[in-house]
Amino acid sequence: MANSNCKAVASVVITHDVGLHARPSVKFTKLAKSFPAEIGVALDPEGPWFDAKSIVKVMAAKAPKGTTLHLRAEGDGAEEAIGALVGLIERNFDEDEQHARSA
Amino acid sequence: MPAPLRLRGIAASPGFAEGPIFPISETIGRYEQKNGVEAEREALRRAIAEASSRLEGLMSRATDESAEMLEFQLAMLADDALTEPAYAAISGGAAADIAWSRALDAECAGYESSDNEYFRARAADLRDIRDQVLASLSGSLREVAPTGSIVYGHDITPTRFLETDWSQGGGIALTAGSAASHVAMLARARGVPMVVALPAPKSVPAGIALLDGLEGGFVVSPSVSDLERYRVRAQKLSEVRREAAKYLAAAAATCDGTAVRVLVNVADPSDVKAIDIAWCDGVGLMRTEFLYGRQGGLPDEETQYQAYRRVLEWAGDKPVTIRTVDAGGDKPVAGLTVEETNPFLGLRGIRLTLARPEIFRVQVRALLRASNHGSLKVMFPMVSDPEEYDRAAAFFHSEAASLSKEGAPHSVPPLGIMVEVPAVAITPERFAHAAFFSIGSNDLTQYVMAAARDNPSVAGLNDVRNPAVLKLVGGLATFGASNAVPVSLCGDAGGDPSAIPDLLQAGLRDLSVAPAQLAMAKAAIAGVSL
Repeated sequence: MANSNCKAVASVVITHDVGLHARPSVKFTKLAKSFPAEIGVALDPEGPWFDAKSIVKVMAAKAPKGTTLHLRAEGDGAEEAIGALVGLIERNFDEDEQHARSA
Repeated sequence: MPAPLRLRGIAASPGFAEGPIFPISETIGRYEQKNGVEAEREALRRAIAEASSRLEGLMSRATDESAEMLEFQLAMLADDALTEPAYAAISGGAAADIAWSRALDAECAGYESSDNEYFRARAADLRDIRDQVLASLSGSLREVAPTGSIVYGHDITPTRFLETDWSQGGGIALTAGSAASHVAMLARARGVPMVVALPAPKSVPAGIALLDGLEGGFVVSPSVSDLERYRVRAQKLSEVRREAAKYLAAAAATCDGTAVRVLVNVADPSDVKAIDIAWCDGVGLMRTEFLYGRQGGLPDEETQYQAYRRVLEWAGDKPVTIRTVDAGGDKPVAGLTVEETNPFLGLRGIRLTLARPEIFRVQVRALLRASNHGSLKVMFPMVSDPEEYDRAAAFFHSEAASLSKEGAPHSVPPLGIMVEVPAVAITPERFAHAAFFSIGSNDLTQYVMAAARDNPSVAGLNDVRNPAVLKLVGGLATFGASNAVPVSLCGDAGGDPSAIPDLLQAGLRDLSVAPAQLAMAKAAIAGVSL
């Protein structure tokens, strides 16, 4: 592993209309689980931090549209993990195509 | 043969069903406590695994929308964060069923207290998950309703709906429930008749029953004449539906050739997903309440502008009439509406908007900017005095001046009013300077008849075909024709085949209907001879 034992952090604004809701949360946690690194999310850079691989925790954060989500990862593939998760949120959870059709 | 019991609730999904009543058991079978902590843990593990595999089974034959809900439930069940507190309680001596219920109820409470309706609605999913595992724990596997039966109970969970085979008919009769629920949405999408808010008789009804999802009727132990009447109506509905499909894409006209414009009502931009703009003459009413009442506060200008622009661009060169926010009454919005003892006669619609100019200004600016992207018209709800119209219109002109100064592209759309307060319908001449009238038949009927539309005990009075209501509608159409004020109608009556002949006779030629009613409305228009 090229990036073993490294750390990565990022923050990203949620632009999805209903926020980090059921469907986006399923996608987000599924993606997080595909990385070995420990990944945390928080609504405040000071914490509390939640496990990004737990849909129960991610949903319980009830992050609405416009929330800045803070991400941090530690361990194998930490940077890739953060890059992928930020990408998913920036791509609006890959739901824009659906939205364009519905408009 | 017991006497027929005829009950009336609220129609949630149209259609007719005739079949045996299948009562949903309210209580889940008793769980037999196991011997020791390890056995309790094992019982819960098995029950969760069983519930998960049932969900997977449902998912394999689910449609898009329900698949997403099932996937979410599965992901929750697979998450240790959900199950850990229950296992911890078992280790502390609790029985598996009690430990599970407590853990899930605690999780539910977090969602129920949310001020965001999207998150609040998830509590129903968690209760569904809870009950599926409890059923597995007690070994009382839920009995699936036989095909063709009328499922009866307090309420029904989405998974129970999905487990049931509706291919051979059947229906849903509930004493609670809501026409806005997830299940009602699924029922309408699949054509399963459903009635909610039925009065609960002393004992659970049994035997054969009839369900009328068009008018909200439920008849237990029907007489021969009940049966005949239902069958005739069911037959008629299926003929009408078959016939209506032919009219969907055609321009609407009466059988003697008078053209009628049929537009659609949009409550949320996703409503137009299923229809082609070519099938209608534009959007007669776009509600804006969907933007309000979300967590994170009231919608900003950019959010509103994008939402309006999307619908305007979808409509192309066809007109889109957007209604400024109609909060209050039965539509409370956190941070905007106030609590009142009689909200339908209180600070709602334009009255509320004018009382909160800082909130109105944001919507006005978004509308002025969106106006450049299509054929926009804007109307104000609940106008009862000309001064309200003048003050609301002045906002458009002053904000247009500010946008000009900022160099932001915009244009002032035609500004009209909803006619839903009898005061306007009685003296339309005082509002002749409005660009157009749009009759809100739901509110106009309930205010003229003093009968709430959501109260089944006065449902008979709440009828747009009452001569008093029709006289006002006719007066408005006549006034509009002789004063060059376009008059349309955008309430539920516009899409109601039984009301359409009277509305056209009264002189209306512009009706705006729910997208699902488009074909039926056009078919009903074609049957009218003027």
